[in-house]
Amino acid sequence: MDFVVSIFALGIPFSVALLLASLGEMFNQRAGVFNLGCEGIMAMGAFLGMLVPYSVGQGGPVSGAYNILGLLLAMGIGALLGLFFGLVVVTFRAPQGIAGIGLQMFGVGAAGTLFRHFVGGTQSIPGIDRLPIPVLSEIPVLGPVLFSHNPLVYMTFLMVPAAWYVLFKTPWGLRVRASGTNPRAADSIGVKVNLVRFQALAVGGALAGLAGAYLSLCQVKMFSDEIIAGRGFIAVALVYFGHWRPLKIMGGALLFSLAQALQLAIQGQGIDFPYEFAVMLPYAMVIVVLAFSRESLLLGPTALGKPFNREMRT
Amino acid sequence: MTKQFKALYKTVVILLAAAAAMLLGALILWTIGADVTKTYSVIILEPLKNKIEIGEVLIRAIPLTIIALGISVAYRSGIINIGAEGQMAMGILAATAVALALPGLPKYALLPLAMIAGTLGGAAWGFIPGILKAKLHVSELLSTVMLNYIAAQFYTFCLRGPMLDPAEITMGSGTPQSMRLTKAIWLDRLVPGTRIHTGVYIALAMAFIIWLLLWRTSWGYKMRAAGASERAARYGGIGVAGYLVVAMMISGAFAGLAGAVEIAGVHRRAIEGITGGYGFSGIVVALFGGLHPAGIIPASFFFGLLIVGADMTQRMVGVPANMVLVLQGIIILVIVATRMVLANPYLMERVWRRYQKLTRRDKEA
Amino acid sequence: MEPNTRKITSLRVEHITKRFPGVLACNDIALSVAEGEVLALVGENGAGKTTLMNILMGLYRPDEGRILINGEEVVFRSPNDAFAAGLGMVHQQYMLVANMTVLENIALGFTQAWSPLKLNLDMVRARIDEVAAKYGLAVDPDAFVWQLSVGEQQRVELVKTLCLGARFLILDEPTSALTPQETDELILLLKRMTSELSIVFISHKLHEVKNLSDKVTILRHGSVVFEGSTADHSSGDIAALMTGREIHLPRNEAPTCEGNPALEIRGLKIRSDRGFLAVDGLDLSVCAGEIVGLAGVSGNGQRELAEAINGLRKVEGGEILLFGQELANRSPRAVIDAGMGYIPEERNTEGIVPSFSMKENFILKDADEAQFSARSFLRLKEIDRNAEALRTEFDIRSPDTKVAAGSLSGGNIQKVILAREISRKPRFLIAVYPTRGLDMGAAEFIHKRLLEKRLEGIGILLISEELEEILDLSDRVAVIFKGRIIDTLDRRSADSRKIGILMAGVHNDEAV
Repeated sequence: MDFVVSIFALGIPFSVALLLASLGEMFNQRAGVFNLGCEGIMAMGAFLGMLVPYSVGQGGPVSGAYNILGLLLAMGIGALLGLFFGLVVVTFRAPQGIAGIGLQMFGVGAAGTLFRHFVGGTQSIPGIDRLPIPVLSEIPVLGPVLFSHNPLVYMTFLMVPAAWYVLFKTPWGLRVRASGTNPRAADSIGVKVNLVRFQALAVGGALAGLAGAYLSLCQVKMFSDEIIAGRGFIAVALVYFGHWRPLKIMGGALLFSLAQALQLAIQGQGIDFPYEFAVMLPYAMVIVVLAFSRESLLLGPTALGKPFNREMRT
Repeated sequence: MTKQFKALYKTVVILLAAAAAMLLGALILWTIGADVTKTYSVIILEPLKNKIEIGEVLIRAIPLTIIALGISVAYRSGIINIGAEGQMAMGILAATAVALALPGLPKYALLPLAMIAGTLGGAAWGFIPGILKAKLHVSELLSTVMLNYIAAQFYTFCLRGPMLDPAEITMGSGTPQSMRLTKAIWLDRLVPGTRIHTGVYIALAMAFIIWLLLWRTSWGYKMRAAGASERAARYGGIGVAGYLVVAMMISGAFAGLAGAVEIAGVHRRAIEGITGGYGFSGIVVALFGGLHPAGIIPASFFFGLLIVGADMTQRMVGVPANMVLVLQGIIILVIVATRMVLANPYLMERVWRRYQKLTRRDKEA
Repeated sequence: MEPNTRKITSLRVEHITKRFPGVLACNDIALSVAEGEVLALVGENGAGKTTLMNILMGLYRPDEGRILINGEEVVFRSPNDAFAAGLGMVHQQYMLVANMTVLENIALGFTQAWSPLKLNLDMVRARIDEVAAKYGLAVDPDAFVWQLSVGEQQRVELVKTLCLGARFLILDEPTSALTPQETDELILLLKRMTSELSIVFISHKLHEVKNLSDKVTILRHGSVVFEGSTADHSSGDIAALMTGREIHLPRNEAPTCEGNPALEIRGLKIRSDRGFLAVDGLDLSVCAGEIVGLAGVSGNGQRELAEAINGLRKVEGGEILLFGQELANRSPRAVIDAGMGYIPEERNTEGIVPSFSMKENFILKDADEAQFSARSFLRLKEIDRNAEALRTEFDIRSPDTKVAAGSLSGGNIQKVILAREISRKPRFLIAVYPTRGLDMGAAEFIHKRLLEKRLEGIGILLISEELEEILDLSDRVAVIFKGRIIDTLDRRSADSRKIGILMAGVHNDEAV
């Protein structure tokens, strides 16, 4: 029982970065834009998120306000990069897959460059502490599993219903879904499709930036070049797996993270299994998951990846 | 629309694109307080100042050329290969395994065998995303990225385990690397005092082969047709899905070969970090070279320069070497956007009309 | 946005001109519609009807010209401006988002129900109920669009347009996808609506034009060629005006079919992309040395039929026999090797690889033939020679054979395709809209070539909606409607009036 509890207690925080980035990517894709540059945005978010608290505290503890400033900066740069991506793929209508790779390289490279200049070597920071919820965290089993986490963990899980509400119950969500599914129809009824796509890219970018900052401020509590380790790409795959629905995406993120926690726990038990194969597991899982989530586009954003131009007649 | 206007339009667009790329790079350089012009001039000029550095540029251009050739085959066939990094790693492992298993073979047997092994290793790793795309419509963008991570782990596993240098075990330092490979697999050095090796010839030969394949054979013709217009290719009776798999395997094979050449020519053993971003740089080289061997060769020299130059900026102007990744990312973004701008007749027509108005007004004035 | 609810007593457009690269879509067009009037806008494909209506809806900005409502000039920068002015349009391809509900689709344009954090769906629902009650248009607001039949989707489109406050309705080929019953219902409904609305509708179907409209305007190649009151002209007159000239004497003197047919199709069933049976029990046969014209309004299964014969679409049932050889569900390669030639509908994206040079396009189907490659190596000299020969023979206007095929004009692209398909010496040829959008010269050239092939004993299935073309070339005319052949006429007994009526889905024995 303790073993299971520890896996959940470990796995749930692991899922946060994936979940935030996936929710962001979900908005991108729902609006019709496939942003493979998520990884690069997360890297920039991770760097910028830790920059302020690190600079102020020089590795020592800082007041919470600086941490929050770090998170906001990460979201800001994410939104900015999302808009920049929009310029390339929405305004100029460049093919989104390859452009996303460009954004990924740019983001990862820029984060590494800036990190070396402003921080230097690997420096750990106190980051944001866990915030066990009084009383609730004392409950056996449920306490450690659900109520003994970082504040961002609670916030992220609250964002799942929020994202659902925004996507399905607000006028903006309606426009996002229409723009990604049938941009011509949306356009004919007065929705400014490309504007909506830019907005979605900003939102998606901000969430990806936040996801990166969560890694550097809460999970790893430092920055390194490999901090994102493909989570951005996995997040993109999770959106397919989750059929562009927040709840299913959360399920996917949890599945992945629990598998990862299980792998770590097994390692901790000293079972002789090559470490590298354990690390491969999530990546291999992504491929398997993608192989079995085909045909799902039918009820998703059918115009995904297609630039919109009113005058280009097909 | 006049011919002169079309040429002018094209030139202006490309110049604007180049300026935008430089500016975006400068943005990061300004942020870290670096001297922009000095940084760019160090990157581009410093590696050309002496023989050794030119050699270093060339030995980076070799794998870049080979990988970019493979990526261009895939790209022209309508499938994007982001997985060269992993395919290269698999090529290195396969070539190393052959060299370790058959140390007694003479050079004329072992070297080709190792190259073939590397090629097959990469091809096998390219087959997976190819078949997944053709049969199950799995996005090759995601599957190749995932296969990169898997290959990287497998690579480390091999170097820490089955292929680990016995000397490392006795010394106890445990650096993950294979033992130094037998001389029979070494590619000869060409210019004394530099590391330039005969891989140059392999790269040039491969460029020729790719050119032959794409523009002189019916296979290449059909692959290009499948990539240029899937619909028309299907109409023309071309089995598009099959060619996707073939293209991805060729692409992987080239990355694998690049890996084999890299250990035989430069490192002479498998160690960590050999792939070092070549797979991603190869994408930039392929795009920058216009997806054509004749463009890829100079492009790979240029990006070899960038990589070596970026190593020097740390020492000379305090700009971290990661800057090269930034530049490559920017170049991809700018190239793909520029290609679309150049291919947009609506935009060109609009500019043309405005241009006409302007010139008319000039004449009246 | 406060919608004004003023009546639209007149709508006029003047001197509307719109260019697309290489195309003059609308050329100095003028129209006017008065209160309660129904204007039918008639013309062939590519005549500029839809472009003109998209300009009215603020989707395109005209290069020149102006729009006047109640005598005042209005400028529409976006569809919202057009809605605000009281215009509404039901597009030919329904503008509905398939994975959203009817309610959501309507809410998408119903900005009064929007507040930043809340979508007032109850308000939208109330509005739908109001419109539904007023016009007798029942829709289920909670159904997802993908669950609805084509007819239901169109009703949703109408309700949507009315909910958004349209007092002037534009309908782009409203009946093109409807069953005859649905069509009748729609016409009744529109007639009822004319008491409150003005309507412009685009149509090919003459009995609808006769039935519903007060005035008719005919467009050809972007210009108005005829305007008049519907009552003063018969269906036959309008058909003749629509296709251009008075029908010429047929050029084709037909021998009758001897022996077994070259192509025989029995009970064919094919699904469209949207999943319904676009071809549903079609029977057709074409003899060697015979041209069968398949006439019909586009969207009645022609595309699916051509694709299925050529191995590009799955066949659900029935058989396709080419000289006795079964072609259903074979690969495109197998169909090509069986001797089929195919001039596809989408000449720019399917018939050629646009970025390839002209000479490369000539070998699209034959890269592996001994003529063009030896041991997989292309025989460039032969490819060049072949290309030069074809370019001369088919009079393709270009500086050389190295130009990208996509940069050629439509007529020259079609000649490239024709040259390739004919020079391959097919045993049978399918030509889909072979002269659509081409100038007279290119069209005549293509017609001549097709007739030559016929004399050489090749069977040809000619799919077209231009009656003149069908009548000029065909030995027999089969009319397709809703995925079936509703009648086959001998060329001698066929005329444009009869075919036009059949194309509209009306059988000979029904009076028009």
